[in-house]
Amino acid sequence: MSKSYEFVPEPPLVQGNHTFGSITALIGDIPERETPKGWYIAFGVANLLLLLLVALLSYLVWEGLGVWGLNNPAGWGWAIINFVWWVGIGHAGTLISAILFLFRQHWRTAINRFAEAMTIFAVMCAGLFPAFHVGRIWVIYWVFPVPNQMGMWPNFSSPLLWDVFAVSTYFTVSLLFWYVGLIPDLATLRDRVKSKTSRFFYGMFALGWTGSNRHWLNYEKAYMILAGLATPLVLSVHTIVSFDMSVSNVPGWHSTIFPPYFVAGAIYSGFAMVVSLMIISRKIYGLEDIMTVDIMEKMNIIMMVTGNMVAFSYLMEGFMSWYSGYIYERGIFWLYVVGPYAWGFWILMFCNVINPQFMWFKKVRRSVTLTFLVATFANIGMWYERFMIIVASLATDFMPSSWAYYSPTWVDYLTYVGTFGLFFTFFLLFLRFLPMVAISEVKAGLPQADPHYYEEDDQLEGSNGAGSIVIQPNESV
Amino acid sequence: METKENKQLHGILAEFQNPATLLHAAEAVNNAGYNKFDTFSPFPIHGIEKAMGLKKSKLGWIVLGFGLVGLIGAVWLMVWVMSSAMPLSISGKPLIDPPIYVPIAFELTVLLSSFGAVFGMLFLNGLPKPYNPLFNSENFNKASDDGFFLYIESEDALFSEYKTTELLKDAEAVNLEKIYD
Repeated sequence: MSKSYEFVPEPPLVQGNHTFGSITALIGDIPERETPKGWYIAFGVANLLLLLLVALLSYLVWEGLGVWGLNNPAGWGWAIINFVWWVGIGHAGTLISAILFLFRQHWRTAINRFAEAMTIFAVMCAGLFPAFHVGRIWVIYWVFPVPNQMGMWPNFSSPLLWDVFAVSTYFTVSLLFWYVGLIPDLATLRDRVKSKTSRFFYGMFALGWTGSNRHWLNYEKAYMILAGLATPLVLSVHTIVSFDMSVSNVPGWHSTIFPPYFVAGAIYSGFAMVVSLMIISRKIYGLEDIMTVDIMEKMNIIMMVTGNMVAFSYLMEGFMSWYSGYIYERGIFWLYVVGPYAWGFWILMFCNVINPQFMWFKKVRRSVTLTFLVATFANIGMWYERFMIIVASLATDFMPSSWAYYSPTWVDYLTYVGTFGLFFTFFLLFLRFLPMVAISEVKAGLPQADPHYYEEDDQLEGSNGAGSIVIQPNESV
Repeated sequence: METKENKQLHGILAEFQNPATLLHAAEAVNNAGYNKFDTFSPFPIHGIEKAMGLKKSKLGWIVLGFGLVGLIGAVWLMVWVMSSAMPLSISGKPLIDPPIYVPIAFELTVLLSSFGAVFGMLFLNGLPKPYNPLFNSENFNKASDDGFFLYIESEDALFSEYKTTELLKDAEAVNLEKIYD
């Protein structure tokens, strides 16, 4: 074999000739610097929305579930839609931190920290809905196998119970994963901040981390194992969420395509959310050197791929309903397209089938404004997807005589808006007090982090600190 | 620094220019036969565990143990509840039915394994450890920023103030500091 190979040279992950010290300063000084005015305004708005959420949930508990727009047959409405939507958004964080880690995609280091934070806060928002949906929130602990004097245990054959375990495990593991990643960076902040109080708190949560390589050895192993555990976990969570529907026998729900279709949709909307948050925070905090346009383009490609998987699933749904020969399946699909919720179906088609196709164009993928626009439509589209699945399937079920049109009430609207308050309150606190980029991981990805970088023979052209290295294997193998 | 006199020498801290010199120094110190030494860097350095002569992490075994507890515990709980504690026939589903146990058994295995990974890692590293004599060194703050350090404890059998210092100097240490405790 006398072929010569040349790998496509990747642009450097971090731009702007950074050293280890300047990376620390770039990220680690954010909590020390004066907080931008915009932060206070955003935090104020988020707090008001959070207050709104608390008020509406209190009203719900006081009055009962009747304040939501649920009816018979549509016993599930916005609450479950919002639950699935928020959980789905969370999935991108785990995908970035775990799956991309296992695939050695080093560009993830720029965004993994705040994508993971997003996961945690999104799952918190999601968890609220089913918890309040049970109607009697004060006995929510009945969903857990807690020994009690009534001798009562949960029904383990119910997918809804599987969901309780899936979502609570997901939340716990995401939190642990996030915290493990934070430990070295908290130590960086501990060694950097000037005020005694901050030093104490960062120090307490850094657990006395020194950067010992004896520790790094166990740490890297733990990180790898957590990534290996989180990868099947994230796939299982949305699979089990889809079981909430697909295990029942409602036409439009009872379908084996649901698990992969839900997971793809979750990643599509999750990446859309991460990219939107990234576009805003890189601008405000001046992190353009780390969260580069190249990384945005890579995320856009993932959005395009998963968006097309979702689009393919719609096609298959239509095909399978025809191919099944089952009149209720055919009927429900036809009702999606021309029935009472057809407007939702066509919004969905635009946002999830046509919208990701714009990402085929490099100009769009690399344009911040257009990316933001496409990502926003993706998030809207994925909300409508859950709306169509849940509401449209239930409201027009087996018997036309029992059909009813579902419409949400003002409580539904405002509760959904309120969850953004919960999400952004936590997210803004995170941006303010914690390192929003994984400092140690970004450093480990710099070319100078590799001991071989300092061997003179290996210093190829262009590797002057942040340049790219083109690997050229010998001509004859 | 007035407290130096009533404190004991705990070890010598050497600073190095970059990951490569630290790696070579670790190799030299390990080859010289030292056991109680450690290297510090703001990120894990590839290949340093070999240079330091470290064994593979035992964490995997801890995680396996936790994972098995999760798996067996979950299956036991579900079988016990469904068959004897509260047998409920719902929509004619069989009470003992392996497929319905899969999701929860999986989730609890992952949950317990993650606990094993995180708390096992902290246990193996001896964390949390709020006090460390190294924190007395002002310069050591750089270990979490851009500093590369090697520390030899005075408790090491081979430790002698003069010889150890010479060894570190030969290994291109840029800064040497005595740590008292």
